[in-house]
Amino acid sequence: MQQTNLEYHKKELPKKLEQTGWIIFGAGVILAVLGFALDQHRALLNYLMAYMFILSIGIGSLLLIALEYVGGADWSVPIRRVVEFLAAIIILLPLLVLPLVLNIHDIFHWAHDEAVNTDTLLKGKSPYLNITFFIIRVFAILAIWGLFYYLLIRNSNAQDKTHDQFLTKKNIILSAIFIPVFAITITLTSVDWLMSLEPHWFSTIFGVYFFASSVVASLAAVTLFVVKLKENGYLHPKLVDDHLFSLGALQFAFINFWAYIAFSQYLLIWYANLPEENFWFLHRWQHGWEFLSLLLIVTHFIVPYAALLSQPAKMDPKRLKFISIWILCAHFIDIYWLVMPNFEGYYFSLIDLVVPLLVIGVIILIFNYRSKKSNLVPIGDPKLQKGLDFRVP
Amino acid sequence: MKRTNELFAIAATFNSPNDIINAAKSIAEAGYKNFDINTPYPVHGMDKAMQLKPSKLGYITLTFGLSGAVFALLFMWWTMSIDYPQIIGGKPFFALPAFIPVTFEVTVLLATLSTVIGLLTFIFGFPHNKHSLHDTNYMKKVSADKFGAVIYADDSMFSQTNINELFTTLKAESIEFIYHNEKESYPIFEPKFLTFLLAVALVTSGGTYFILNKLLFMEPFSWMAYQDKTNAQEKSDFFADQYGMRQKVEGTVARGYMPYPYMGQVNPPQTLANPFLPTKENLKLGQAKYLTFCSPCHGNFADGDSRMNGQFPNPPTLHSTRARDFSDGMIYHIITNGQNVMPSYAAQITREERWAIVNYVRVLQRAKNAKDSDIELIQKGLINAAN
Ligand code: HEC
Repeated sequence: MQQTNLEYHKKELPKKLEQTGWIIFGAGVILAVLGFALDQHRALLNYLMAYMFILSIGIGSLLLIALEYVGGADWSVPIRRVVEFLAAIIILLPLLVLPLVLNIHDIFHWAHDEAVNTDTLLKGKSPYLNITFFIIRVFAILAIWGLFYYLLIRNSNAQDKTHDQFLTKKNIILSAIFIPVFAITITLTSVDWLMSLEPHWFSTIFGVYFFASSVVASLAAVTLFVVKLKENGYLHPKLVDDHLFSLGALQFAFINFWAYIAFSQYLLIWYANLPEENFWFLHRWQHGWEFLSLLLIVTHFIVPYAALLSQPAKMDPKRLKFISIWILCAHFIDIYWLVMPNFEGYYFSLIDLVVPLLVIGVIILIFNYRSKKSNLVPIGDPKLQKGLDFRVP
Repeated sequence: MKRTNELFAIAATFNSPNDIINAAKSIAEAGYKNFDINTPYPVHGMDKAMQLKPSKLGYITLTFGLSGAVFALLFMWWTMSIDYPQIIGGKPFFALPAFIPVTFEVTVLLATLSTVIGLLTFIFGFPHNKHSLHDTNYMKKVSADKFGAVIYADDSMFSQTNINELFTTLKAESIEFIYHNEKESYPIFEPKFLTFLLAVALVTSGGTYFILNKLLFMEPFSWMAYQDKTNAQEKSDFFADQYGMRQKVEGTVARGYMPYPYMGQVNPPQTLANPFLPTKENLKLGQAKYLTFCSPCHGNFADGDSRMNGQFPNPPTLHSTRARDFSDGMIYHIITNGQNVMPSYAAQITREERWAIVNYVRVLQRAKNAKDSDIELIQKGLINAAN
């Protein structure tokens, strides 16, 4: 243990990173304001997409932390701080959500009393889909996530100083509670923000779909940061390609899981062919959206699948960097595909690029901010040495 | 087990996974090629320490996995859309989304089976049940709590003293000399093996017999089989003659049953008169029943052009002059009684439905052989052609 501590010396992230973060974020904000001036509604939808993108990475990362504790994984201990820094997004969410909450009327069809009163289906759903309950849910869920984030991270940070093994045990219990809570809250979140954009639609697997997307995206973000930081010597010197292999393998698994869930959703709806379900897919297979749908299949499944299939590919830093960026782009397409076809008259426009700019900006800034406060390696974790010793069989 | 004097290998056991990784590294670095490591559970990083080349097993998996996918897809394509196309749930004959789960399953099945079988045969040389490492102290230890390394005698660098020294410097917990088994043979007719085979056969067949012939007849498993009713052909204690199936009482008919006087006659001298008017409802009923019962042979429009054409004594068209000249009662007779190879439909189709079919056949015949006056009627709007 003593030995491990000596080998890691904290190196501050370069000033340049923070500057880049501010520049990208600034460009995003300027473009957002510009977009707002040009087309208010579109700007709002862009903001919704950016919010969901950031949210998925934040909450996905928190789940990865919980999985490490509950599953008793060793290999991920040396890189857990990277995941924790990404999970810090969660504390920003209550702030970031405000513009959306203030404009519920412009986003959701079900938020209009006139529409609900003349629509039996919406009337039936109104005990759940009404503004008051919606806002309560949104903030309650964000509060729960914030609480779990705060507790898990507090224990993890405290361990750096105290080396107290009991903190790991506490986090295991917290994580075990968090995982079922996560399952429920992520389902509600995805139904509220994405599925209810088309309030007439039914799909019971939608929560799982969004969960799969979130984990894929957060794994990509984690991998990207880990490879970059490792290359530049910010992480523990004993971290090797075998750790990258685990990340690559997990990414490969979740890419498959996403495809499995996405296809399951499609297959069941296609098979039953019920009008209240199939119109959602029919619409995404017409009016030009079919190209986006095809693009989604190719970028979100076929290319990453082929790129990560072989064992050497899963531990090749260059390949991992490339495919992580690729997957994050595919995640953008995914969210675009979920949101935009619900609104008439919108096709891709350069203004939509505000989404990635805002997302990247916010992520870099929060990551940088968090990295100043803690070590980039959890030096007090009792499993650290075992994690560093991890090798692919 | 009997052993020869010829040395097979030298084996050593170690206490911890770290030691065994260390040992594997040193053995490989010393230049030995023909050696192996045995551990009670997978030790991470072993492949690298032993300087093993990546296993070729993946290629077997890939080949069989891909052929599974291709085979499944081709099979479903051939059966479902070429050889016996059937419309299922309004889906196209080649319904790719529906085929994907099956393709996936077959891919996984072939990939996993080929991996396991490939591993056993190519890599382990199955059955290999007289491997000289079997029945050694070394094997017992490494399948419990020790980590073992073994260097085979056919390695080009093999030398007893060197290896002994190497193991000692590596702090081996024990060193064992292993000698060849006497002649590799696979004794099928060994009494032990045969007894075992017999026991397995007895247990499985006995178990199966017990389940199928005894267990399923015991309560509560039998509750579905025995019910308080008389099944067809069953003996009944209730009736004096003990027949479960009852005969008709002399001089009576069943409720709703209409006797048909010309049953069994080929060309009845007389036929019945049609008691039903061709009203819209009646024709709709006739159409539905015709399409259910008659169209598979006579075709949707009675042209005698159904799929059965060529597979059965060709069902004739009903637009022939002969068929058009039939009286309503004659067609009713053919449906009721059958004619040559065409069977009787009296059991499947009720009396009213049969007459409705007759009326519908008349409509089909008239439509094929419309008179000029019919066209005038349509033009005047007195007949609606769409109905
Ligand atoms: C299993 C196939 C099959 C079905 C189903 C079937 N038929 Fe036939 N039908 C035949 C065959 C074969 C003949 C020719 C019998 C013969 O050799 O005289 C025939 C003959 C006839 C004839 C006499 C034609 C003639 O020119 O002698 C009539 C009328 C007729 N069918 C009406 C019907 C009607 C009405 C139905 C529906 C209730 C029906 N058939 C169902 C096979 C079928």
